[in-house]
Amino acid sequence: MDWDWEYAIDSLPLLAEGMLVTIELTVLGALFAYLLGLVFAMIRRVGVPVLSQFVYLFVEFIRSTPLLIQVFAFYYLLQPAIGVKLSPFLTGVIMLGVHYATYTSEVYRAGIEAIPKGQWEAARALSIPRSRVWTGIILPQAVPRVLPALGNYTISMFKETPLLLAIGVVDVLNSAKEAGAETFRVIEPYTLAGVFFLLVSYPASILVRKLERRVGTV
Amino acid sequence: MSDNLGRIISTLLEGVPVTIQATLGGIALTIVLALIAGLALLSKSRTVRFFSRVYVEGFRGTSEMVQLFWLYFVLPALVGLQIVPLFAGVLVLGLNHGAYGAEIVRGAVQSVPKAQHEGAVALNLGPVDRMRRVILPQAVVEMLPPFNNLFIQLLKSTALLYFISAQEITQKGEELRPALPMGDLTVIYAVELIIYLLLAIAITIVMRALERAGARRLGRKPPPRRKVFSSATAGGV
Amino acid sequence: MSEPYSSPSSDVMIQFDRVVKKFGDHVVLRELDFSVKPGEFVTLIGPSGSGKTTILRLLMTLELVDGGTIQVGGEYLSHMERGGSLVPADERHLRTQRKRIGMVFQQFNLFPNMRVLQNVTEAPVRALGLSKAEAEQRARELLDMVGLSDKVDAHPTQLSGGQQQRVAIARALAMRPQVLLLDEVTSALDPELVAGVLSVLKEIARTTDITFLCVTHEMQFARDVSDRVMMFDQGQVIEDAPPDQLFTQPAHERTRSFLHAVIDRAV
Ligand SMILES: Nc1ncnc2c1ncn2[C@@H]1O[C@H](COP(=O)(O)OP(=O)(O)OP(=O)(O)O)[C@@H](O)[C@H]1O
Ligand SMILES: [Mg+2]
Repeated sequence: MDWDWEYAIDSLPLLAEGMLVTIELTVLGALFAYLLGLVFAMIRRVGVPVLSQFVYLFVEFIRSTPLLIQVFAFYYLLQPAIGVKLSPFLTGVIMLGVHYATYTSEVYRAGIEAIPKGQWEAARALSIPRSRVWTGIILPQAVPRVLPALGNYTISMFKETPLLLAIGVVDVLNSAKEAGAETFRVIEPYTLAGVFFLLVSYPASILVRKLERRVGTV
Repeated sequence: MSDNLGRIISTLLEGVPVTIQATLGGIALTIVLALIAGLALLSKSRTVRFFSRVYVEGFRGTSEMVQLFWLYFVLPALVGLQIVPLFAGVLVLGLNHGAYGAEIVRGAVQSVPKAQHEGAVALNLGPVDRMRRVILPQAVVEMLPPFNNLFIQLLKSTALLYFISAQEITQKGEELRPALPMGDLTVIYAVELIIYLLLAIAITIVMRALERAGARRLGRKPPPRRKVFSSATAGGV
Repeated sequence: MSEPYSSPSSDVMIQFDRVVKKFGDHVVLRELDFSVKPGEFVTLIGPSGSGKTTILRLLMTLELVDGGTIQVGGEYLSHMERGGSLVPADERHLRTQRKRIGMVFQQFNLFPNMRVLQNVTEAPVRALGLSKAEAEQRARELLDMVGLSDKVDAHPTQLSGGQQQRVAIARALAMRPQVLLLDEVTSALDPELVAGVLSVLKEIARTTDITFLCVTHEMQFARDVSDRVMMFDQGQVIEDAPPDQLFTQPAHERTRSFLHAVIDRAV
């Protein structure tokens, strides 16, 4: 089997559409992960009794087990159990978000811990209200330094989205699979799918490295 | 919970050997490739550095899933040779994580103080002995914590072998699913996740033991005993 | 046109001939000339940043010259002869030349992944091809000589700085060098540990015919062991005399003020 340019070019629009879905999944999943991770980090930092321990165990459990199984469990077990039926796409966004929130929460934790103790003490000495300490002092310092790590996890997430084809999300790899199934030619679509990933994630990782040099890492 | 409990557990356990083989095979290949590519990234030769960069960026830049599909579905079409699923899985797991590991190796070798290199030059040790006898033994100790994370990522990635029907845990579970009532799904997924969790803990226990041994070897205080969970560095993988 | 570089001769052990060394635009050595005879103990003194370490590092081939030549024992170190002309040395040439030279560093640079004995046997086994038994015997003798026979199985980190430095000296001697370079070998030590290291060095200087090139701020030690002291400043040797003369009647104002500063600090 040789490379067929014509077929490759023909399959581009379909793949590009799939790529768009992949990017949507990544962006929405990442936003969810950034937010939920922050919630996890704050719960643990503030030390809400019981809840804090629960979050800790949840985070470690999710981090140590495969996303694919978590997706299956959420889609086939949890959703029917609580009586909802989400689309594969939404299921994907939520599970990407939850899974990666366990990573981002660690990123935030490290970012917060990297802030010198003196900052907290100074804020207390000035009797600044607690909520204002977070929004006015701690987060503005912590957030820039966690950006590179968040960026890296976003890229990882991007590359992990194809596993959602297991529940029928039509991302770029699934589009390639469909193209292949129709024509029995697999070289072009799968290779192009790889190229698509490289075209996005390589420049993105260069950007993250630049950012790393600029703001440092936690 | 149900009469099916025994059958579910025994079916899932049938997948464990494949998962373990894929993990260990993947780890072995990862170590080899990470060392080769990581040292090549530090080579004096531009050509060598270039090729190893291409490998590292190529495998980090394309999705592991795509790599798996490519190796399993495309390669046979290209060369007319069907690869055994487990073997394809080990190859992809190793190639993919080896690319990440290469950066770990590079960073660890660079973290060994330059004075160690100069001490070895002053004793007229050749380039190979300098690396093998002086630099690497010290760098390896630095590599252990990030490799622990990487191996757990690799373990989690073995679930992707579901897509090529390698008969590992995830696939066993999905084969059971359609025939079972809702209540039993809880058992399937709980057992699956617990198996992965235990395997992850096993990896961490081994790596922590190596960390302690490595620290002793370098005459450092062993790292404090941590909870088996206790996460890992923040930086991305 | 400049004259041809002097040809190798055997009554000098170290010969610097118009050696130039730059770091970027910063010229550290400007056409430096000096020589050291076999078996001589020569001490280099001079202000911080004047290039003393650079001289030793050039001899150890940890840096490469930007101009001029260095010879050791009548053979070119920095260069090799190819078809009648001199070309910069390649790694193979450097390896054969390094055999004759050893160096002890300010920070010891012991290998933490090896115990004391192995630190001393490693290079003789790997680089000289000694058998393990031979190398161990040699190492034990040397460790005994530096007063550490009870530490052979210790880990470098379990030793005091002074003990580590004595291991480093034994390790360098195990290679049987003709030239030994000492770069402020006591500067990183607590004051009470300095004497032990210096007395070991004195003993070696007295009992062997090794040629020493030594950078130190220990003026009393320099006075006791040196055959010659070279005052070094701004990339050049500005004064070169036996220790008694240089320390008591320095000829140059620069030397005088430097010695004042060093000795004032020491008191
Ligand atoms: N690798 C390097 N890159 C750039 N500059 C260097 C390098 N090594 C040395 N220098 C510069 O060369 C000059 C001479 O350095 P050198 O270490 O030889 O001085 P020194 O006489 O040994 O000083 P000290 O007494 O402080 O040890 C200094 O100005 C130093 O900053
Ligand atoms: Mg110096």
